[in-house]
Amino acid sequence: MREFSYDVAIIGGGPAGLAAALAAREAGAERVLILERDRELGGILQQCIHNGFGLRRFEEELTGPGYAHRYIDLVKATDIDVWLDTTVLAAEPGGVITSVSPHAGLTVVRAKSVVYAMGCRERTRGAIRTPGSRPAGVFTAGAAQRMVNMEGYLPGREVVIVGSGDIGLIMARRMTFEGAKVKAVFEIMPHSNGLTRNIVQCLEDFGIPLYLGHSVTAIHGKDRVSGVTVSKVNDKLEVIEGTAFDVDCDCVLLSVGLIPENELGRAAGLGLDPITGGARVDQFRQTSIPGFFAAGNVLHVHDLVDWVSEEAAIAGRSAARHARGELVASGRQRSVTAGEGLRTVVPQCLSAFEPGKMSVRFYFRAAKPMGASLLQFWADGALAFERKLRVVKPSEMIVADIPVRKIGDAATLEFRVLPAPEKIDAEDEIEEEA
Amino acid sequence: MMARVVHAIQCIGCPIGCGGEVAVEDGVVAEMTGFTCNKGLAYAAEEVVAPKRMVTTTVRVSGGGLPLLPVVSATPVPKDRIFDCLRLLRGVTVVAPIAEGAIIVADALGLGVDFRAARDIASL
Repeated sequence: MREFSYDVAIIGGGPAGLAAALAAREAGAERVLILERDRELGGILQQCIHNGFGLRRFEEELTGPGYAHRYIDLVKATDIDVWLDTTVLAAEPGGVITSVSPHAGLTVVRAKSVVYAMGCRERTRGAIRTPGSRPAGVFTAGAAQRMVNMEGYLPGREVVIVGSGDIGLIMARRMTFEGAKVKAVFEIMPHSNGLTRNIVQCLEDFGIPLYLGHSVTAIHGKDRVSGVTVSKVNDKLEVIEGTAFDVDCDCVLLSVGLIPENELGRAAGLGLDPITGGARVDQFRQTSIPGFFAAGNVLHVHDLVDWVSEEAAIAGRSAARHARGELVASGRQRSVTAGEGLRTVVPQCLSAFEPGKMSVRFYFRAAKPMGASLLQFWADGALAFERKLRVVKPSEMIVADIPVRKIGDAATLEFRVLPAPEKIDAEDEIEEEA
Repeated sequence: MMARVVHAIQCIGCPIGCGGEVAVEDGVVAEMTGFTCNKGLAYAAEEVVAPKRMVTTTVRVSGGGLPLLPVVSATPVPKDRIFDCLRLLRGVTVVAPIAEGAIIVADALGLGVDFRAARDIASL
């Protein structure tokens, strides 16, 4: 068994891993390694052939592969090592990473810092407990996306999509482009979980109906899917009797949420956030185990890759500083909580600030859609900072920079989102610039 | 006599997704409300008169490490010609290696829109 040593080892070569590796190298880590289980770098972006990526990061609209290639080219221009077809089996405290690959067999890497960048995976039929038979033709939307865009297979001709996540919406258009008939999208919640522009461009453009407040209550078919039964649900998400109807189809695509692919972190004993499913991190994206960092969808599921790149750069820089012994044990950590109107906040705790630090950027998910709102920051029970938001949607992450002087020495830090007393004009909203 | 028609337009220019209205009088945009950037105003004005979309799809690859090449229109395509473009691209097979940005179909259907390779594909 061969052994290697690195300053920073990054698990995953998708957008988070690529940005973390570059930032670590730029911040002075001399030996940086990316471990990637797929045949090439780029992660899920390689199958996201639609455009709309990179508006913030590159100020132009790129396709998924286009965005990935910008970063792959930057990595190739450095001396960062990349191991492809390499699956990490364990990453243990102390920075011992065990991996396996067809060409190198079992390998151990000793790293001063480790960055988790494994991304996320899709929730499946089991996760939403859809009753019925177990026929062929039921896929997660992302699996179908890989088949259609990379492997050259069409998973069905008459399609029903369950859930209104972005990948499902994108696949509604993609399947339509490839000659399939997409009959409907059914979303159990009273609001869509996808970006507004995807509702317009992927459904409305092609007359594909979106049924909100509807649940697929059964999947039918013996060998192949033959149809689904759908019912309306009430505000407790309970099926309303007498509203059931059937839709014939030969393919069901599920777009019912994403969960961090965090088995390695869980096995290593990281402190987890039960809501995001990812690690609890401080502003350096350091987890509860010193020297272990996390960024991107393995930390919390993002809607824009631009934010993934930015967050991963923070983790990469911090990992480089830790490898050099510059990220000192932070001492007292203060906990940050998502209060009224919010579901999640990242980072979940704050360590001591770096000298000269002016602000800390926080990322939030709202609990429910709201119109004009106020994002409030409460320090030790007193309102310390307030920002106007024109609109709040659970599908779109809220990003806010909080000045360090507003945070001060407060021991308890809480964020809330409340309805704004009056309508907010565009000029009043401050957009955070990356 | 002036015929005034108000269209509700959902901007797709960026993820903020502003909703607004465009009033058209005798085929000419008379008034726009609800949009918050120049890109949004330009999109909304075009959307009521001549809607366009970027088009992404795949074409077959021969002799490549992957069976499909993703392609993207260099500029937006008139909405009512999207399926004509897809039909054209369905018949295209490219030979690897292919470099990102290479023109796969120039001036598709005389629309003045090129389709370009969205990634590299190495030959086998």
